[in-house]
Amino acid sequence: MARTAEQKKARDGWLLSLPALTLLILAASGPLIIIAIYAFLTAGEYSGVIWDLSFKAWFQVLFEKDIFDGTVSLADAHLTIFWRSVRLSLLTTLLTFTFGLPTAWFIATRPLKQRALWLFLITIPFWTNLLVRTFAIMEVLRVEGILNKILTGLHIIPEPLQILYTDTAVLIGMTYVYLPLMVLPLFAAIDRFDFRLIEAGYDLYAGRLTVLRRVILPIIRPGIVAGSILVFVPSLGAYVTPRVLGGGKKMMIGNFIELQFGAGRNWPLGSALALILLLIVGIALIFYVRASASENKDG
Amino acid sequence: MASKRAKIFSITTIPGFTTLAIITFLVLYAPIATLVIYSFNGGTSVAAWGGFSTKWYAVAWENSQVQEATLRSVFIATLASAIATTLATMAALGTTRRGKYKGWNFIYLLINQPIMVPEIVTAVALLIFFASIKVATGYTGLGYLIAAHSAFCIPFAYLPIRARLEGMDLTLETAAGDLYARPFTIFRRITLPLLAPGIAAGAMLAFVISLDDVIITEFVKSAGQDTLPTYMLGQLRRAATPEVNAISTALLVLTVLLLTAFFVLSRKRD
Repeated sequence: MARTAEQKKARDGWLLSLPALTLLILAASGPLIIIAIYAFLTAGEYSGVIWDLSFKAWFQVLFEKDIFDGTVSLADAHLTIFWRSVRLSLLTTLLTFTFGLPTAWFIATRPLKQRALWLFLITIPFWTNLLVRTFAIMEVLRVEGILNKILTGLHIIPEPLQILYTDTAVLIGMTYVYLPLMVLPLFAAIDRFDFRLIEAGYDLYAGRLTVLRRVILPIIRPGIVAGSILVFVPSLGAYVTPRVLGGGKKMMIGNFIELQFGAGRNWPLGSALALILLLIVGIALIFYVRASASENKDG
Repeated sequence: MASKRAKIFSITTIPGFTTLAIITFLVLYAPIATLVIYSFNGGTSVAAWGGFSTKWYAVAWENSQVQEATLRSVFIATLASAIATTLATMAALGTTRRGKYKGWNFIYLLINQPIMVPEIVTAVALLIFFASIKVATGYTGLGYLIAAHSAFCIPFAYLPIRARLEGMDLTLETAAGDLYARPFTIFRRITLPLLAPGIAAGAMLAFVISLDDVIITEFVKSAGQDTLPTYMLGQLRRAATPEVNAISTALLVLTVLLLTAFFVLSRKRD
């Protein structure tokens, strides 16, 4: 009797979830399988694919063959893009942490009634259109923009700087855009932090820096891991920010994938790159799940 | 007492943290403030101030491309959030308060998949998939965008609804059952009204997410199907005028209004 009730619960659960699952398989998850297939096909002459098994796309990810003498060399342009993506994503993670930790700490140490308001102030930019925020940063960074006006006005620099359309612009933009993703998990970790531990540390003659390094940081570690992954993953797959602030020249993996489906006319290469991105994100998410699992255990 | 409070205060203070936090908040809002201020620029450039004016709002308002893109954005977001919220509500009822059954993890993972996979990957996958359907059927309408938007909005609608369901008291439903109410009556008269704030919050999040989408829309749309964000992205190639600032500001105000409503709804406990 109890067993049939269990079975009915499971059956109803599946039935109720089925419409959502169907739509997700049709218009989100299912097409990902097509990418996995296309990455092993031959590129069509103008676009699309020819249904011939080929590993050329995977070869092209890292190497290029000279059309005239057939020599194989590393594809420098591709390596530059990969290196830029990884480097900018790591730097973005580091910068968001540098600004995010004090911000999260500040919010968590406010009186209880003020906290919701400060958190709301962090969440508003997070939900604001990504494009709008990127536009805002673009206008600040322009040669005749407000940042250059302030810097030249204060005589910090003699001439306005060309920041827009450089790696620095992309870095500033991504830090700006993804900062809330670092602050929120850090806040969640600090919010649970037992502040008496700091007192204990001071009682045992630890300095401020030692307390930060040996007491606070190890305890909020799960929050740091979560925030870092939440920032690193979208940074690595970023498309809008490098397109707008990098001006099409400073490509990241996301833009490089798009190029293969546009002017590059190499759908298999684009698919292979998308699979690689997916793989890296998958690995990062496994770390994330492990970190949050250990956090729940500690809490 | 006073000395103890002073001591606690010194404990939670780390030198430089408050300064850095204040700087962060300023830096977070300064670009948005600049954008809003320059939307009221009377001049033709986004850099040189030409006096206060609302003329760029009028320009944007009368721009037929902006009108069309706005209507299309709102149309898609309304339909997509309605579909996503309905499906997410059903899925939330199917995955909450019935224990973990066989396949539960699979359902949960699939529902949350759009949050985890980089948008550019889903976008190119949909480009390939929909392109072949377009060729096969000849249909190039808004259906593709609505399907794609509905799908990636599902997890955003699902999360607040599920959170609400998990926190709900079971006693009222049990009581109704004891009074011989039929399951559907219990659902309609008790579960649904209690769940309503969660559903409304989910619908609002889904609406905002759909309205803001750039990447998937950019790849899935056919010619002449620009939404407001893809129209703005297209404007980048031209010389920027404060018109873009005016559109951005309008979008910003709409988002903040919806978010405020979302927070009020999700904090409502009854």
